[in-house]
Amino acid sequence: MTMIEPQPVIAIDRADLPEKAKEFFVQGYRLVQICATNGDSTLEVTYSFDRDYAFTNMRVILQKDDTVLPSITGSFLAAFTYENELQDLFGIKITDLAINYNGNFYKMAIKTPFLVNKSSGAA
Amino acid sequence: MGNFIIAKIIARSVLSRFATRLYPFEKRAPYAATRGHIENEISRCIMCGICQKKCPTHAITVVRAERNWAIEPMKCIQCGECVTACPVKCLSMANTYSAASPTKETILLHQETPPPKPGAAKQEA
Amino acid sequence: MGTRTIIPFGPQHPVLPEPIHLDLVLEDEKVVEALPSVGFVHRGLERLAEVKDFHELVYVAERICGICSFIHGQGYCQGVETLLNIEVPARAKYLRTIWAELSRIHSHILWLGLFADAFGFESLFMHCWRVREKIVDIIEATAGGRVIFGSCKVGGARRDIPNDVLKGIKAELTTIEAEYNELKPTFLHDNSVKRRTVGIGTLSKEQAYALGAVGPTLRGSGVASDLRTLGYAAYKDLQWEPVVEHGGDCYSRTVVRVREVTMSFDLIRQAIDKIPEGPVDVKVTGNPTGEFFSRLEQPRGEVVYYVKGNNTKFLERFRIRTPTFANIAPLVVMLKGCELPDVPVIVLTIDPCISCTER
Repeated sequence: MTMIEPQPVIAIDRADLPEKAKEFFVQGYRLVQICATNGDSTLEVTYSFDRDYAFTNMRVILQKDDTVLPSITGSFLAAFTYENELQDLFGIKITDLAINYNGNFYKMAIKTPFLVNKSSGAA
Repeated sequence: MGNFIIAKIIARSVLSRFATRLYPFEKRAPYAATRGHIENEISRCIMCGICQKKCPTHAITVVRAERNWAIEPMKCIQCGECVTACPVKCLSMANTYSAASPTKETILLHQETPPPKPGAAKQEA
Repeated sequence: MGTRTIIPFGPQHPVLPEPIHLDLVLEDEKVVEALPSVGFVHRGLERLAEVKDFHELVYVAERICGICSFIHGQGYCQGVETLLNIEVPARAKYLRTIWAELSRIHSHILWLGLFADAFGFESLFMHCWRVREKIVDIIEATAGGRVIFGSCKVGGARRDIPNDVLKGIKAELTTIEAEYNELKPTFLHDNSVKRRTVGIGTLSKEQAYALGAVGPTLRGSGVASDLRTLGYAAYKDLQWEPVVEHGGDCYSRTVVRVREVTMSFDLIRQAIDKIPEGPVDVKVTGNPTGEFFSRLEQPRGEVVYYVKGNNTKFLERFRIRTPTFANIAPLVVMLKGCELPDVPVIVLTIDPCISCTER
């Protein structure tokens, strides 16, 4: 790519999450996406924001035995779709979610499909 | 602002020939670049199995000992990776689609005599 | 205080191109609340990154959706190429731009046809799709498939379009644009279209921005945000500007898409004039490492590809955030307070591509 835009990732604590989200909202950022990556013993949750094409991210690292997150729907109502998806696919529990489907957002055959049987890469 | 602005187009469609083709009496000639189905010139195949490794849907099966090369057309997604990867270029992409069928069949090609090795050809020349 | 009823909308509905379910809470005929529920076509494609190496994953990425297929492949390739630190040759960038704009034209004309069908204007629907056939024929003649292009790979393009074919395409586009221009006045000025779309599903500028709307949903409410401004592929060398309307209702969003098709015709002509000579691909060695968010402008809005590599040939994480996923929250807000017959029009105005949403 001739332009590699800077995409900073700020690591934060999950307790600071609603505060930081509110700061972004007040500064005029919009929420782009929320995504989770399944590591070996951790789940990394990345929140991405954008303002006038400037892209920035926050990251929270959760241990797999303690996957609870506070919601950011207080500042960004649009986050409800992403947070429900995190609940359904990864089994992360979100507290204070504005519109909570309690695991029924995606109609699936098994619970938390993205956590089971992670392959090591053999085809 | 207007009412029934589309009147001109509708009048033209009513008064002129229809825009669709009278299939099956009139068939469209396929384009040269269309990815239709995979063909193998089996007499030149060296049974290396690279096409089997590259196929994303595992549609190709190569059994070297029996000199058999098989493809399941219903699994093939016409991506063309096998054509690009074949070292002797015996695989090619034809531009007609495989016919619809009620059963999933496998096309099996058997090679009677293996192709001459490149070393042998050089010795004769 | 009227009686409240709950009516299910979808997943099977004549107006929906793909299955989405909405529970509409109605008071008499006014919608009070709408609860979406998805998951009918969830295929878990993101997990295929664990078993298919990064060269093969292009085929999976392309097949996420049939309407926006090429730009999915392009976004994935751009993400992996950034991780591998390789630069695609200039000719490949222009070819990708031409295919992406052809993809945008065919997607918008498809949507215009479906939208006309949503309020019952079936003859306009048929004429839109008749014009779209010619675009799809050009795509098949150059890329090999009508719907799934298969022409993008990590490292460049898989095939070239010779210069004389490009000149032929330019001439053909003049005819197609003339036919498309005959349909434009109906969408822009016809009274029956306006009566069904003006003032319906209004979203103010602040609401659209705060709810995370993307694409024509955002640009129809007055925010000039078009990801092609980032200058990926060949967009920084071409003259264009984002198409913005200020009404915030279904009519404005329709006008945005109608004008974007004209802009795409112009972009393709510019790209064909400026395309340089040279190779179309570059050799790829090594494995992707690191992480990158690749952002592109699909016909429906901003798509974000998150690719994370760990120096093996399998990506550690492959995550797509498609534009329709981001537009679900504005949809829920738009549906509040509308009448029941307007529900199909509003659902279609965000251009729902549910197979993209659920992957």
